[in-house]
Amino acid sequence: MVSVAESRREEILRWLDEVMDPEVPVLSIRELGVLRDVEVGDGDVVVVMTPTYSGCPAMHAMETDVVETLARHGVPNVRVKTVYAPAWTTDWISDEAKAKLEAYGIAAPSRVEADDLVPLRRRTPTPCPYCKSVNTTMRSEFGSTACKAILFCNSCSQPFELFKPI
Amino acid sequence: MSAATPEGWVAGARSTTATSGVAENAFFEYLLRLADDRLVLGHRLSEWCGHGPILEEDIALANIALDLIGQASMLLKLAGEVEGKGRTEDTLAYFRDTVEFRNVQLVEMPNGDFAATIVRQFLFDAWDVLVLEKLLGAKHESLAGIAAKAHKEAKYHLRHSAEWVRMLGDGTAESHARAQRALDELWPYSTELFLTDDTDRAAVAAGNGVDVEPLRGPWRQTMDRVFAEATLTVPKDGFTPRGGRTGRHTEHLGRMLADMQSLARAHPGASW
Repeated sequence: MVSVAESRREEILRWLDEVMDPEVPVLSIRELGVLRDVEVGDGDVVVVMTPTYSGCPAMHAMETDVVETLARHGVPNVRVKTVYAPAWTTDWISDEAKAKLEAYGIAAPSRVEADDLVPLRRRTPTPCPYCKSVNTTMRSEFGSTACKAILFCNSCSQPFELFKPI
Repeated sequence: MSAATPEGWVAGARSTTATSGVAENAFFEYLLRLADDRLVLGHRLSEWCGHGPILEEDIALANIALDLIGQASMLLKLAGEVEGKGRTEDTLAYFRDTVEFRNVQLVEMPNGDFAATIVRQFLFDAWDVLVLEKLLGAKHESLAGIAAKAHKEAKYHLRHSAEWVRMLGDGTAESHARAQRALDELWPYSTELFLTDDTDRAAVAAGNGVDVEPLRGPWRQTMDRVFAEATLTVPKDGFTPRGGRTGRHTEHLGRMLADMQSLARAHPGASW
């Protein structure tokens, strides 16, 4: 039998599916892996979150969104607890979520290259999310947000971003 | 950096941390060392924002600055908790003076040209990846967690700086000359990364620190490999400036802090 707290927890997790990454609005914070857990106490609810990168400026927006979303569903006492371990990894992003990223025009993360000092031009090419060509060039591993790299597709002449593996 | 900043401003402010003997709170001191390297280097990199040589680099340097300042924030928060005197990450970042900063002098060196910024970054990044790798095994759970996160980020930083060292060194005559000049000027400051004192030894003994001496070999291998590819010559060891870990800094740090801390000190407790 499912306990009251457990069914409450699942209900809250479902509501939190409405909270999207403000920078990548096709992924919820749960799909992204930033939402780690929900702890239902007697008088309050603790939402456990972890940042993607140490200095991710979107964390504050996501925390505010969590509190506001739950308030809309009538949950008053919500606290956000930030944890750093285990460290966030793109491995937590499911295949289903990766497909959403690709459809949105952001290449999905693959594996980290074994040799850390391989020059950009000698990396395994990332397929273009628009035309699927592998004739692409990595321009920089630092993009518009901490979690993305900048690439260029030489086939369809489209700049695009990669959700970089970490 | 604001030209209007009065030079004596930092010296005029009063110290809030008494450096009360190494043994008393070695862990707190050790955390400050880890944090201040990141805070100071992160702030230096942020000075490039809007001034990068190309758009991609403007963005990259700002991203790396953000990672380092984020790491510093987590470490200073932890340091404040360990100290137990109610100081937060913001108090520690904005209300300590030059002599209370524990970063190595390398990271406070001015940005110079892009080559100097990249060489400074490469010397640090290669060391940082090795240190954080060891720190993953720290006994203190929060510290190990922060290290795990920072380690992933540092590997990206190193890839970036190593790539640019190669491109600048093995680039045009102009970029080569600038990279070599930067290396000649900054190389002596790398020595301090591998010095240890009682604070480090106490942290290592407690299972919460890294013995940096054995890391010198692997670090040097990365240096030799990348500088060879970059056709750059490693200078002979000689002059070895030191003292940052105990609060003795170059004139550059005071000026940087005057800029970095001015807003927080003009409006104490302000939030946005």
